[in-house]
This record gives sequence, structure tokens and C-alpha cells, in this order.
Amino acid sequence: MKASPYLVLAFVLMVCFTLATGIEPRASTWSNRTKSNNVFSMLFGDGRRLFANQFFTMADVYFHSGYYPSIFDLREEGTKEIVAATHGQAENEEQEKKEDFLGKPKDWIDRFGRHFHITEHTHLEHGNEREILPWLRLAADMDPQKIETYTVGSFFMRMHLNQPREAEAFLREGLRNNPNSYEILFELGQLYDENDHDTGRARDVWQLALHKWSKDPEAVKDNKLFFEEITVHLAQLEREAGNWQQAINWFQAAQKVSPDPNALQQRIDEIKKKMAAQPSPTNSQPH
Amino acid sequence: MNTIWALAGVVIKEMYRRKDFYVLFVLTALITIAAGMVNFFDDPKIVRYVKDICMLLIWISALLIAIVTTARQIPAERESRTIFPLLAKPVTRGQFILGKFFGCWLATGIALLVFYVFFAIITGSREQYWPWLTYLQAIWLQWAMLAVVIALSLCGSIISAAPSSTTTICFIAVAGILLFGGHLNMVALHQSQPLQTIFYTIYFLIPHLEWFDIRDRVIYDWGLVNWLDCVLATLYAAAYTGLFLLLTWLGFRRKSLNT
Repeated sequence: MKASPYLVLAFVLMVCFTLATGIEPRASTWSNRTKSNNVFSMLFGDGRRLFANQFFTMADVYFHSGYYPSIFDLREEGTKEIVAATHGQAENEEQEKKEDFLGKPKDWIDRFGRHFHITEHTHLEHGNEREILPWLRLAADMDPQKIETYTVGSFFMRMHLNQPREAEAFLREGLRNNPNSYEILFELGQLYDENDHDTGRARDVWQLALHKWSKDPEAVKDNKLFFEEITVHLAQLEREAGNWQQAINWFQAAQKVSPDPNALQQRIDEIKKKMAAQPSPTNSQPH
Repeated sequence: MNTIWALAGVVIKEMYRRKDFYVLFVLTALITIAAGMVNFFDDPKIVRYVKDICMLLIWISALLIAIVTTARQIPAERESRTIFPLLAKPVTRGQFILGKFFGCWLATGIALLVFYVFFAIITGSREQYWPWLTYLQAIWLQWAMLAVVIALSLCGSIISAAPSSTTTICFIAVAGILLFGGHLNMVALHQSQPLQTIFYTIYFLIPHLEWFDIRDRVIYDWGLVNWLDCVLATLYAAAYTGLFLLLTWLGFRRKSLNT
């Protein structure tokens, strides 16, 4: 018996269709990749996280307008300056010198080549900080669990670009991806405090950040400076609000982990002087 | 001289008849426009990433056009046997080499000009800023670098009969110089002898094409390079181009043309 090729083709198509209807519902459970609404997640799966660091570094390269060490240049791997900037760490002359990874020209080729390349250490300013944002957006898409991406992005948007609403949306996105991140909550609190001047929300968010921090055993062990940072901010917030006793309590809590408790003691003394001059009725304890 | 220009004219005509340039240009344009249309945090002033992507594509495309166009010139003439009537005109082998070189170089220059006009329109329309002198320097230095690359490819094409192998080797060599050439002295410092001497020798022998890459200055708006440095770099490129053309001529003048 000789089967018609059309019949064979129709049979094969029918088998394919039947198999497809049977397998498709199961196949969709094999991987989350196709469900994702993120194009990078769909293309690379979890492998995309490998690129996230590279994109974050690109943001730092842009922050330095191209003055950045290559893998061949000797430089100690430390905190990236875009991250340091978010913690208010300005560079002093000593640090700037350390950043001069080029050193003196080694030969005439090196010396002449420098006339064509960027040899000056600068940081973006006057609104040009916006140029780092595409790389942070890509880093966040590549690795939604990279907390620094959200905090750095938000810092530059709210402090340098006057985009507090975009910063808040970015932080909220980070919070959805990292619900237990005390760093994102802290940055969100700063946004409410410094940009929106909404003391109540800032207080609530910072207290939540402190709660999340205390629930993270690793952070409690290794990231005590964060505790100081947040308690000092809470203390300052209470001081501005006139809740002096609470402010003192927060400063005293910060003193326990601070590398410079005397500086905090001075602030406590200042508040006590004010309290003595004009007694305040608020005496509640911190949560 | 007329012979050289006549030969060069043929190469230029060949470039606009072939699809290589159009494909690369359309690809560059599409990728750049697509990248430019992405909205990051509702900020329409963000532009440097578009410049970065576009410049990278221009560099890759220009290198591809220069190497691929050059690598096939002599093998194609030998393959189709058109080299015999050509050299019987009479055209000397030196004129033939120079004609091919200038043809490829000018053709690449025209392509480069089109790419940069596109770049200027796209980025200028976004940031409302046209630093024409910086673009002029960037295009000139890139074109000077491409002269070295074209001479190198021409030299490679008389050693290797197959254009594909010449293209691959040249592309790897040029990419290697651009990426690592400037760092070989640093690498040499950390090697023991005799590797240190070998690395230093390579470092001082290779043409430092990375000098001519001033993309960062364009992307980050660093302004102009000193014009005297541009002139010196041009002379440096001319010296290496001359050296490679001389080697090509030395290899080609006694080469059997039968395939």
C-alpha cells in the first residue's frame, strides 16, 4: 500500500498539534522565563544577573565621564563612587590621588597616547547626572535583587535631577522585588523627609527599615553602621519635630554602635540645653 | 597618477554597487534609533548612551567595510583573471597596489562621512548641540587609523589567497591592538624574562591604533584634542601605512599571479 505524501503530511501535522496541546500546559510550568514581562529575563533567564554588575559599573564610568580604570590598571577594588556619593561621602585630595590610576607615563607611547584620552578625574554635575540612569535601569532589569541599583538611582534622581516621583516609583519597584530591604526603605524615608518634608511618613518608613534590619541576623552582625545611620536620621527628625526626649533616645541608641560617640553626645547635650531652657512635654520612648 | 586614480575610482564604484555598506548602515541606523526611542525615567535629555551605542556601531561597521573591501581586492582580480589585462595596460605593480589602497581608503572615507552625518543628526536633534570640530577630529583620526588597517589588510591579502582568512586575521589583529595594545607595557611589567622582552618588543612594534579612538571625548563632551597632536598622530599613521604598503609591494612585485 502506498500512502499519499499529502496524507502523510496531514498525519504528521495532526500528531504535532495533538502533542502540542498535550505538552504546552506542562511546558509552561518548566520555567518562569516565558511568563516574565521583562525582555532580559525572557532572553537570558537567570544568566542576566551576570550582566547587572557590568551595567552598574557602566553607570560609574559615566559618572566619571569616561575616566575609569581598565582591568589592566592597578587599583584597589573598593566602593564605587556613585555608591559613596549616596552616603554623602565627598572625596578629599588624598582619595583623589588614589583614584589617579594612570600614574606617570611609562614611555613615550603612553605619554603621547594620553593626549587623546580622558585623563582628568571629574564627576557629573549640573544635571548631567541623568546620563547614568539608563545603565541603572538596565542593571535593575538584569538583576532586580541588586539593592544598590535602586538606592543609587533614587539618590541621583531626587537630589540632583529634581525627579522625586520617578525616584519614589523606582524605589517602590525595588521594594516589590526586595520586600525585606531595609536599605530601600531607608532611602524611601529620606525621600519623604528631605524632598516631601513629610515627617510622619519618613518616621514610619524608617522605623519599618529599623524593624527589617533587626530581623536580618547578617545585617545585625555586619552592618551596624546602618543602624547608626538610621537612628541618627530618626533622632534628627524628632529633634526637628520638637520631640526632644525621643531625639535623645535615638541619639543614645546610635551611640552604642557609633565610631564617634562623643560627637553624638555633643548633640544630646545641645538638646538637653534647649530642653532646660524650654521644657518639652514629649517624653515617649522609641519603638 | 591618473592610473592610480582610475584604479581607485573602480574600487569606489564597487563599494556602492555592493550591499555591504547599505546593510551595515541600515543596521546601525535601526539599532541607534531603537535605542534612542527607549524612555528612561521620563527624561528626554538623556543622550550619552545613544552616542555610545552609535559610535561603537560606526567603529565596528567602518572596520568591517575597510577590512572586507580591501581583503578581497587582489584575490578577486586574480580569481577573475582581470589582473592580467590590467597589468598589461601598462600599469606597474606599484601603481596597482597604490590604486587599490587609495580606492579602499576613499571608499571607507565616504562611508565614514555618511555614518558621521547620521550620528550628528541623531545626537544633535536630541541634545541641540553640534560640536562640528570635535566630529571633524574624530572622523579624521578614525580615517587615518583606517589607512593603517587598509594597508595591513592589503599586505595580508597578498600572503593569504582566501579573503575570508585575511579578513579574520586582520580583524582579530586590529581588535587586539585596539583593546589591548595600549596595555601591553603594563602586562610586560608583570612578566618574567624572556616574556617581558617579547611583550615590550610587540608593544613598541605594533601601530598604536587606540590613539585614534577618541570616542570617549565625543561621547562625554571633552572637547578638542590639540591640533598639533592630531598632526603628529596623522604622521604616525602615514608612516605605518607607508611601511605596510612597502611590504605589500615587496611581496607582490615578484609574486606569481596564476591562481
